[in-house]
Order: sequence, then C-alpha cells, then structure tokens
Amino acid sequence: MSLLEIDGLSIGYGGVDIVSGLSFGVDASESVGLVGESGSGKTQTALAILGLLPGTAAVSGSITLGGQEIVGADDATLNALRAEHVGMVFQDPTQALNPYIPIGDQLRRILIQHGLADGSDADQRVMHMLDRVGLPDAARQFRAYAHQLSGGMRQRVMIASALIAAPDLLIADEPTTALDVTVQAQILELLERIRDDTALLLITHDLAIVAGHCERMLVLQDGKLIEEGKTRKLFSAPATEHTRALIDAAPRVDTAASPQPVSGEPLLDVDNVSVSFQERDRQRQLHAVQDIDLELREGETIAVVGESGSGKSTLARSVLGLIPMRTGRIVFCGKAIEGPVQSRAIETRRDLQLVFQDPAGSLDPQMRVERIVAEPLAVHAPDLDGEARKARVISMLERVGLSDAFLQRFPHELSGGQAQRVAIARALIVNPKVLVCDEAVAALDGSVRREILLLLRKEQQETGLAIIFISHDLAVVRSISHRVLVVYLGRLVELADGEQMFTKPRHPYTRALLDAVPVPDPLAPGGRLSVKGEMPSILEPPSGCAFHPRCSYAHARCKAELPRPRTVDGTRVACHRAEELLERF
Amino acid sequence: MSTFTKAVAHMRSSKTVMISGGTLLAIAIVALIGPWISPNDYMTTDFDRLFQSPTFSSMNLFGTDDLGRDLFVRTMLGVQVTLVVAVVASVVSLVIGVLYGATAGYIGGRVDTVMMRFVDTLYATPFIFFVILLLVVFEQNFLLIFVAIGAINWLDMARIVRGQTLSLREREFVDAARLIGVSTPRIILRHIAPNLIGVVIVYVTLTIPQAILIESFLSFLGLGIQEPQTSLGNLVSGGALQIEGASWMLLIPAALLAIILLSFNFLGDGMRDVFDARQSR
Ligand SMILES: Nc1ncnc2c1ncn2[C@@H]1O[C@H](COP(=O)(O)OP(=O)(O)O)[C@@H](O)[C@H]1O
Ligand code: SF4
Ligand SMILES: [Mg+2]
Repeated sequence: MSLLEIDGLSIGYGGVDIVSGLSFGVDASESVGLVGESGSGKTQTALAILGLLPGTAAVSGSITLGGQEIVGADDATLNALRAEHVGMVFQDPTQALNPYIPIGDQLRRILIQHGLADGSDADQRVMHMLDRVGLPDAARQFRAYAHQLSGGMRQRVMIASALIAAPDLLIADEPTTALDVTVQAQILELLERIRDDTALLLITHDLAIVAGHCERMLVLQDGKLIEEGKTRKLFSAPATEHTRALIDAAPRVDTAASPQPVSGEPLLDVDNVSVSFQERDRQRQLHAVQDIDLELREGETIAVVGESGSGKSTLARSVLGLIPMRTGRIVFCGKAIEGPVQSRAIETRRDLQLVFQDPAGSLDPQMRVERIVAEPLAVHAPDLDGEARKARVISMLERVGLSDAFLQRFPHELSGGQAQRVAIARALIVNPKVLVCDEAVAALDGSVRREILLLLRKEQQETGLAIIFISHDLAVVRSISHRVLVVYLGRLVELADGEQMFTKPRHPYTRALLDAVPVPDPLAPGGRLSVKGEMPSILEPPSGCAFHPRCSYAHARCKAELPRPRTVDGTRVACHRAEELLERF
Repeated sequence: MSTFTKAVAHMRSSKTVMISGGTLLAIAIVALIGPWISPNDYMTTDFDRLFQSPTFSSMNLFGTDDLGRDLFVRTMLGVQVTLVVAVVASVVSLVIGVLYGATAGYIGGRVDTVMMRFVDTLYATPFIFFVILLLVVFEQNFLLIFVAIGAINWLDMARIVRGQTLSLREREFVDAARLIGVSTPRIILRHIAPNLIGVVIVYVTLTIPQAILIESFLSFLGLGIQEPQTSLGNLVSGGALQIEGASWMLLIPAALLAIILLSFNFLGDGMRDVFDARQSR
C-alpha cells in the first residue's frame, strides 16, 4: 500500500466542484510532481491532504496517509498527523513563519511539542538542521527573525521546519516560484539532498522543474487528473492533448532560436543612465542603476534580464520619465528628451508606452474596458467623435484577440491573459514606436504567455514596433530577443545579440544564469547549481566587480577594480577576464 | 458589475446597514409627508391649547408647546431641517475634502507638505468659537450654518483622502495614465477620485451625525435656525425649559435626535464592514 492514498477526492465550494474524482497515490520516499495551470486545483488538493481546507469546503472521497484517514478526521488527529507525518513548504514562507519568534525557537518548539527532543538536545538538533539547509552561521541565525532573512534564506528555514520532525511526506507548493533562478536551483537541490527517505509531492506550474526533480508526474486540468506516469515517459509520449500543449508551451532556454539581429539607425539611445534613491534613513544613497548604455532600433526587441532587484524596472521607468535620472541622456528619434513624463512633448509621450507585470493592477478597477482602451485617444486624438473612437477601440481589441463582447467588462471580470491583452491594446492604440514590457508575461500561464508573445511579435512585424522586454526569466526571452542586456546590481554585465548570448555567453554571471534555468526535458533538465550564495544588498555592493563574491573565476584584481564594459569579440561585456574565459565556456 | 452595484449588493446582505438605513428612511418619509397630512401647521398658535400633552383628539400627536403650536408638525419640520443641514454640510465637506486631499496626496512633495500644514493649523483653531462669533455678529442664516459645519468637517475628510491617495498614486494604473499623457487634474478626477468612493461613503456616513450634533449645539445656544422655523436642536432647547410641566416637549425630539444619530453611526459602521469585506477579497 502506498504512503499517501487518495481515492475519489472531490472538493466543492457553493455547489461547484473545483476538484472532482481525484485518485492517486504516493509511495514512500518517492518524488512526484503535480502540475497544471493556475486554477487547476493543485493547491486545494495539497490543503486537503493537510486537512487545512476552510470549513466552507465540501469534501468527499478518501485521503489516507500511512493508513490513517484524513477526510472527516477531528482536529486532534489532524494535528498529530501534520506534526509527525507531513511537512509543508509554501510559495510564500513569510505566511508560514511567525514574525515575532526567532526562527530557532520556532523550530525548537516543533521538536518539543511533539516530544521528539528537549532542552539542549533540541537546540543541537535545530542548529544541525539550520546548518544542513545551508544557513550560514547557524548559531547566530538561530536568534534571527524571519524578516531579517532574504527570500531564499527564509525558504531554507521553511524547509528546515518542514523536515525537522522527519516526516514521511513533504508537500512543497510552488516552493521556488518567488525566487530567482540561481536561488531556485539551490533550493531544489537542497530539497533533493536533505529529504532522505521523505517522499516529496512537488506542486508547480513549471514543467521544467518537474522534468529535473520528479520520478513520476500527475497532470491536473480543471480539477481532474488527466494523466499520470513516469516523468520521462510523459514528456516523450504524452497521452493527452493538454499535456502535450503544456510541454510545448514551456519555453526552452537551450534550443529555441533567437531572431536575427536588426540593423539601422538607433531609434532610442539611452546613454550612461544612472538612477539613485535616497534611503529611508536619508543617510545613504541606493544606486539602483549605474552607467547603463543601450540603443534600440526600429523593429528590434531588446531583453533586459537579471535577478529581481537588479534595477531592470528602475531603468525602464527612468527612461519613460516616471522617475528622475541622476545622470544620463536619452535621445529619441534624434532629439534629446528629458525631464519627467508630464513635461515631455505630447508626441514623445505617445511614442513611448509601457505594459506592466500585474495586468489587473495596471487597469483602473472603476473603468470599463471600452473607456480604458479609449483613454489614450481622448488625449492624442481629441477630435475623434464618439462613433469613430468606439470603432478604433473595437478594431484595436480585435488586433489583440478580444471581441467587442469585452467592451463593457470591468477589469476584475477579466482573466490574467485577457487583462494583459487590454493593457497591450491601451498601449498600442496610439501606435507608439517603443513599447516597454516590464515582466509583462511573468504572471501568466504557459499557454497564455505564448499567445501574448506571439501577439507582440506580430505587432512588431506589422508596425516596426521596438520593444524593451524586461524579464527575470531567460527561457521566455530567448525566442523573441534580437539582443539581450544582462544587468547585475544595477550595472551592465553583458550586452549581446540573442543567439550569441544564449550559445556563447561571455560573462561568468550570464553563464551562471543560463546554467541555472531548468529545461522542460527529463533527459537534459538544466537547472544546475551554477553559482553560490545570493545577490548581495544593493545598499552595500561588493567592491570591484560586484559579482566577485559569487564568481568562480574571481582573481585578486576583481576585488579591487571595477571592470568597465568593453567590446570583446563583438559583444559588450564587463569582466576583467572576458578574453581568457572565451575558451572556457 | 461596477463597484457601486457590487457595494449595493453587499449592503443588502448586511443586517446593520439594512436596519439602520431602513430606520432613517422611515423617519425621513414620515418627516416629509407627516406635516402635509396633519390638519395642523407649524406656526399657528392656539391659546386654548397651551401645553397640551400628546393626544389623538385634535391630532396633536406630540402635544403642543408653550404657545399652543402643534409639536408633531414642528418636530417633523425639525427633522427635515436637521437632515437637510447635515446632508448639505457633509456634501460641502466631501467636495472640499476630497479635492483638497486628493490634490495634496497626488502632487505630493512640497505642495503636500504646505497643504497639510494648512490643515493642521486649521485643526488647532477653535473653530466652533469663530462660528459662534460670526453668528453673533452677523445675521444668522441657513447658509452660514452649512458653511460653518462643512468648514469644520472637511479637515478630517481631507486627511483621510490624502492618505488613501498616497497609496493610490503608487498603483500602476495611475502610472499608465501618466504615460498615456492624461493631465494631472484629469487623473485626479477620473482615476483617483472614483477609487476613493469606498472610504468617502463610509466617512460621510460617519460625519453626518457630527454635523447634526454641531447644528443642534448651535441651535441649543439659540444661534442656529430662527423661530418660527425650527430644528431638532431648537426643539430640544425649548423643551429643556419646560422639563417640569411638559416633559414631552423635551423627550420626543430628544429621542428622535438620539435615534437619528445612532442610526447614522450604525450605518457608517455597517458600511465600513461592507467595504472592508470587499477590500479583503
Ligand atoms: N522608489 C524607490 N525607492 C527606493 N528604492 C527603490 C525604489 N524603487 C526601486 N528601488 C530599489 O532599487 C533596486 C532596483 O529595483 P528594481 O529596478 O525594481 O529591480 P528589478 O526590476 O530588476 O527587480 C532595488 O534594490 C529596489 O529596492
Ligand atoms: S571581473 Fe572577475 S569576478 Fe567579475 S565576473 Fe569577471 S572574473 Fe568574475
Ligand atoms: Mg521589476
């Protein structure tokens, strides 16, 4: 008999089943991936296994863990079960860690509550666990509070607390979705390494993670299990259309082809831009962007990539005039533009548009789609009468793949993909020359993401739109970028043609990023542990080359001297050893 | 569904809102049609019926006062005046407060600092004292009372709205509007103000009782509405003089005043719950 046995599980709210007739099992020490698009019922299933569903949920069917029934069990049974047999790791560890209790104490309480250890013995075990999950200086971190740790460190603590009671099953729900790829690789490796005999149920929307970390996988669609089997087999011969679509929609950083470089005069010339913020304490300056140069041509897509907090959004917002630059110059169509967006010429404002990451947040919740999309026309084509305006709105919506049935909807009545289409429609209705997409597809499911990327590509081919595509996800970027700019702690690290960047990176950081990206292919899963540690605080950047504490090629010089961007073999790269390393990668 | 229709739907499911709102509506309706139906009017004196206690015989449902005027009609008239004063004063404070607060919050920086310092200064001023002075010096009139009450209440409104605006300003849809080229006044009017509806509605329901209290207070001092017009405050003040012999003259208007004040308070609390619930979804 399996460790976890789920039989005919249904979960409903208000008469609507969001999970129905689900049956599967997990064997001892096995690793199983549960995948599906957002809303397919993954998290609800996890909560059901943990007995954590809200009282309003109607649950039927059976879930047994080690022979013990969970559906309908009383609180005492569930508590005991959760304590000794299941550990859990969520996407957002801040929700699960108590902000008022030092993390060491939280872990110790788990041991004491369940009578697994006490006194100094408990302290020892906690220390040992914190050490195993890779918390540097565990003795000191023992007394740290959750908010004093970085996201990656918090997730490590979360894993420590999930595993300290040596449960039989570990449920990890999107454990790395909020983390950067390099840290993601570290956390996934950690999960594999320290779970020992604990079985793993890994819930994720990212097939690439499952490809590299799970023996078996389950595919969920609309609350139903549509397919299960060995990961390798499912990837090579999926039985259902939906699984095939999921696999196809997962972007590959290793093989996709980048478009050929574009030539021509620069349309937008960003020259030596720096942006600083005053820190809260008013003492220090935070240099979010430093000395970045960039040229964008008509019909070109430049991707800006880097870990979160590396200054990508800040760069884009300063170019658009939403925040002031400290130094730098922007030339657009041969004319210098400066100052905040309000003081810019109306044509310039029309020509530079932005699409945000959070599609819902960028649409005014009080306005209907028609008014949202028409608003730019009211500014830039004021003589248009009501009829003509509406006609323009309808044809624009059609261009982004929405029918006129959406005109009267409010933003909260749209799905993520639909809302992002509306945001794109609003940005494109005045025919801008440059579109900045700040993580514009990061919040979307794979299939929707692909449609949005295709839409942008089509617009570019038809209108010569130039795109600055900001993303932390290299796999997404590969298939659409003519050129790629990699930034680290606010500075340019490498700027190269897409194909070049992905096949022959010049900078150790670029190399590390590429290696860390998981690939949806069980035979070549990528996601390697490529770099140690996490990105340091931008308030205290390391001396010399900011990447040196994490770089496996660092020399004495790297610590002392800032590498300026140079042109090496046709690409811009900021590394002292770029020439030597050419051969190594 | 718009925010508004959604809010209405939520309100209907809230008992507090339904009961307090229903009570207010009932009082308002009776106050409107009562005087119209009653055989008596508000200013005719009848020296045969001084200090008549409540009776059905001559339809003096609430009795008569020291001049023999029918108190039912006068009380209903008082309710009308009190409600109108309160609502108009609140609308005045709403318009000034929302525009002022939204402007300060949206523009921010030095403008915000100066504008909010000004509000702080006004806060520190004993306003009610000025109003009393004004009312004593100039001829008392309706308009002055609206303005006086509105002028006191908009300060709170401005502060609350500014706080909300500071957070709305950071929202991406506002950045989107700026990028499109929408002008600042238009952003405030079209994007900021409509998104303040929730807080504003709640706050207005809570300021109305304040306005009623101020009006009653002024009337009680004899500085409010002038005879033969009347308001609940006036009636209470008149009744207080006759507490020994004709207690109904005090008790009835005072009870009505209390019911109205409580209902508005409950309504405000209920609305806050409604909007909080919507926010946390
Ligand atoms: N308004 C602001 N005030 C202070 N610091 C900011 C502000 N906006 C961004 N930063 C800081 O600037 C750095 C770069 O941020 P950002 O440009 O958002 O990075 P990315 O988009 O690459 O994730 C971060 O350390 C962030 O905390
Ligand atoms: S300059 Fe040195 S530390 Fe920096 S990336 Fe190059 S080799 Fe590594
Ligand atoms: Mg960003």
